[in-house]
Amino acid sequence: MELLVASGVGVMVGAGVYLVLRARTYSVILGLALLGFAANFFLFASGRLQLGLAPVIVVGDETVAYPDPLPQALALTAIVIGFAMIAFVVVLGLRAHSDLGTDHVDGPGGELR
Amino acid sequence: MTLLLIVLLPLVGALLPAWFIRWGRNQSALAAGAVTAAAFLLLLSLAPQVFRGEVPSAAWPWMSAIGLSLGFMADGLGFLFAFLILGIGLLVVLYARYYLSEKDPMGRFYGYLLLFMGAMLGVVLADNLIALLVFWELTSLTSFLLIGYWKHLPEGRQGARMALVVTGGGGLAMLAGFILLGHIAGTYQLSEVLQSGDLIRSHELYAPMLILVLLGAFTKSAQFPFHFWLPHAMAAPTPVSAYLHSATMVKAGVFLLARLFPALSGTELWFFLVTGVGAATLLFAAYIALIKHDLKGLLAYSTVSHLGLITTLFGIGTQMAAMVGVFHIMNHAAFKASLFMNAGIVDHETGTRDIRRLSGLWAAMPITGFLALIAAASMAGIPPFNGFISKEMFFERTVEAGFLPGVPWLLPLIVTLAGLFSVAYSIRLVWSVFFGPPAEDLPKPPHDPPFGMLLPVGLLVALCVLIGLLPNLFAGPMLAVATGATIGAEWEPYSLSLWHGFNVPLLMSALAVAGGILAYRARWIFINLQEGRLPIPEAKRIFDGAVDRLAAGSYWLTGSMENGSLQRYLALLVGVAVVAIGWPFLTGAWGTGPGGTTPVDGMSLVVWAVLVSAAIGTAVLHHRRLIAVIVLSVVGLMLALAFVHLSAPDLALTQISVEVVTIVLLLLALHLLPKESPREDSGGRRARDLLLAVGAGAGVTAMAWVILTTPISTISDFHLEQSYPGGGGTNVVNVILVDFRGFDTFGEIIVLAIAGLGIYAMIDALGVPDRWRIGSPEDEVRYPLLLTVITRLLLPLALLVSMYLFLRGHNQPGGGFIAGLVTAVALILQYVASGIGWTTHRFVRDFHGVIALGVLAAGATGLGSWLFGFPFLTGWFDYFEIPLRFIGPAIGEFELASAVLFDIGVYLTVVAGVLLMLVNMGKIRNASAASESAEGEG
Repeated sequence: MELLVASGVGVMVGAGVYLVLRARTYSVILGLALLGFAANFFLFASGRLQLGLAPVIVVGDETVAYPDPLPQALALTAIVIGFAMIAFVVVLGLRAHSDLGTDHVDGPGGELR
Repeated sequence: MTLLLIVLLPLVGALLPAWFIRWGRNQSALAAGAVTAAAFLLLLSLAPQVFRGEVPSAAWPWMSAIGLSLGFMADGLGFLFAFLILGIGLLVVLYARYYLSEKDPMGRFYGYLLLFMGAMLGVVLADNLIALLVFWELTSLTSFLLIGYWKHLPEGRQGARMALVVTGGGGLAMLAGFILLGHIAGTYQLSEVLQSGDLIRSHELYAPMLILVLLGAFTKSAQFPFHFWLPHAMAAPTPVSAYLHSATMVKAGVFLLARLFPALSGTELWFFLVTGVGAATLLFAAYIALIKHDLKGLLAYSTVSHLGLITTLFGIGTQMAAMVGVFHIMNHAAFKASLFMNAGIVDHETGTRDIRRLSGLWAAMPITGFLALIAAASMAGIPPFNGFISKEMFFERTVEAGFLPGVPWLLPLIVTLAGLFSVAYSIRLVWSVFFGPPAEDLPKPPHDPPFGMLLPVGLLVALCVLIGLLPNLFAGPMLAVATGATIGAEWEPYSLSLWHGFNVPLLMSALAVAGGILAYRARWIFINLQEGRLPIPEAKRIFDGAVDRLAAGSYWLTGSMENGSLQRYLALLVGVAVVAIGWPFLTGAWGTGPGGTTPVDGMSLVVWAVLVSAAIGTAVLHHRRLIAVIVLSVVGLMLALAFVHLSAPDLALTQISVEVVTIVLLLLALHLLPKESPREDSGGRRARDLLLAVGAGAGVTAMAWVILTTPISTISDFHLEQSYPGGGGTNVVNVILVDFRGFDTFGEIIVLAIAGLGIYAMIDALGVPDRWRIGSPEDEVRYPLLLTVITRLLLPLALLVSMYLFLRGHNQPGGGFIAGLVTAVALILQYVASGIGWTTHRFVRDFHGVIALGVLAAGATGLGSWLFGFPFLTGWFDYFEIPLRFIGPAIGEFELASAVLFDIGVYLTVVAGVLLMLVNMGKIRNASAASESAEGEG
């Protein structure tokens, strides 16, 4: 399972990096979304993998095992903030397209570089 | 407190002269003088303590964990230097009042001067290595301002820049040295560092640390080969030279040698480096001083030479040598400051500083000439002045030191030669200027200057005579405490005297004087030799060349990396990261951890396969944007499944609802952007990016693998234990969010709110024309009836679900974030199915208000705990039983927690933030769709 998680994160990063390196804002945004997925998942996984449990206390039972709740809490807010970041970049892209007349990441003339 | 005031007074008081200049030049000078005098008096109030052998100190801790504090101490050494800085500072303030002309902005001059004074006081009184360094760099900066004071002179600007580059660069080396020193000693506290000398000297990092620290000291004190900046700094107004280049700035380097003497001195390396550099500087600069035609140039090289003398003494490393070093610091400050001021007077009254043009000024300026004569005699080491005593003692130390085994006569020979040149240039300074036939072609008719300019010189010269005649009375006590602090040990007061009897040093002195007179008479041989056949490399040209090459190199490097292409920057960034992360794997430093692995089941394998193909699919299909977004959404959904399986139900709920709003957002954006990406990248670039992507993916996979297979030590046990008894909830993730780490969450919802407002602002400025706004006739678009009806039915159900998720959040998966996202999704669905106009009419219009309400609710919950005397955001909860007996058992206990209020704030902020982003984008969608159709009609 560790290998699946690690490679899953790796593939998302690889695809994300490839997209971020493209020349159009929309591709960059898709790449950022993928990188965000990967980062959140990686952050969560740093609490190590536990199958079929929940970080919900069963009061009075000392024998229950729990997953690590802290990375989960961190990842939860990271997911929400990640959305806000994507939304911001999207609007930035829209604004750039509307003001500059092109969606190339380097603005007008970017294709020539 | 007094110590802090002494340093702060000039720093803050720097504003006063700049302000008072509006009432006149005298007022400005008075303000500067008053500030200096006040600091001086405060310093003197510490004198009884210092002379009793106590060390007044004070510290304000700042970052104690890494040893940073603003600490000051006034031991004998610090006191002596502070005395020189403030005492001579006071004289310079007076002198500058008469020296500066009407055209010079005097307020600014005094402002800079006081800033420099404060920085210098900080250096000599600091009790923390890092604080010392900060003040050290401040002296470099403020001296830059002072040297470049005459902005209209190119020499001034260039000299200031050179001084800044050399001394600032040395300061950086010193920073590295100090960090090593702090690391070795285990503290940055200077007074503690000074006591761990044995530990420091035997440490393996001693050599690199020493070299770095000495780089700082040598650049500041203009030691060979860093001496070249000092003569060029002579472009400064003379009061600046008299202050910075006799008593303060350049003395900071030798101060550092004295300060760290107990910690660093006494090793072979110290001896050879410090004595070697010092002796080389001493001789070389004394020779150059003789052949300079500029009065201040001569004095500059003479200063370099005398600093070399002091450096040599500290290098010798014995307690007696250190004592003589401290003594010569005092003496040099007195005679050199007066000579600089004297040179300034000559320049001021005759209009030139060229020794070849000046001659026979005695008749016109007898007082100036008399004072110059005594100060120069002191500099040359002629009895009965103070310079003679310290020079005799210096000669004695060099005879003792031996220097190189086998050639014990080498160091005494060097210093005798240097003494010889020193006598020669001192004679030239006085004889060529004040005696001989009166000069005829002077720019101005010379006469003695106003009393205010003579007084500071006179006071300093009087000190030279008094210390020379009665050394124990006028220098003894100060020298004793300063030396005691320098060597860091008990110190037998040493009796100073003018007459040491007939011995080797006296013979050396006699040789130096006799040879000096001959050398003066033969000076034109040296000058012609130098100007004709032996052009030594001009340091300024080398320096300028080096600076030019460095600048050209920087331009080339910047230009080749920064061509304005985001793609190139990112490729470089990713490339460097791949190499940096990949390196430890390739060298075998990182590998599989010792932890076991968890078993794989078929379902996980399927989810993994779908996720991986969808992620790759997004990259492959990115030219067709709509399809790419849909494929991307598959990745998010698979992640949600993975979260469920990997024991994170809260994350699964969050992920799935964020997924919905993200995809809606991306679809909205797609409506306004081209639907396809052009295939414009060259094959080479695609191959390069593919390589980078594979490298990054492989690197992250390896990194994740190492981490996941390494057992964890977590701090979460505390959270698990305390969640129910301490936080009142069983869902630990939610308790962490709203209680344990509530402050983080508070910050995060504020970020969300700011992002929402930022988006609103950017969209607002897109300039949506009014007629396309909501409610206008153009907004009447038909929406699919079936979708509209179903979503309206779904809305209450969805809201109910979100309420349920919210209320149970403290104990079961759910909570403010998730409930807020679900509500947002439910409302977005209405916008999608029924149109913005319809929905806006029926729901909240003003999301800003709701965002503010949410942040305020969360903040108020946090503040509420203050009312009960607890820190910000302390959680509170209790259980209640409804006292009605007959329904009691049916409902049972219920819980009230302050965390619920906080969670309401989170909920409101999330709902309003998400809606603010999406709905505003929907508005431009309407506008642009409508404008497209309007264009079509037109």
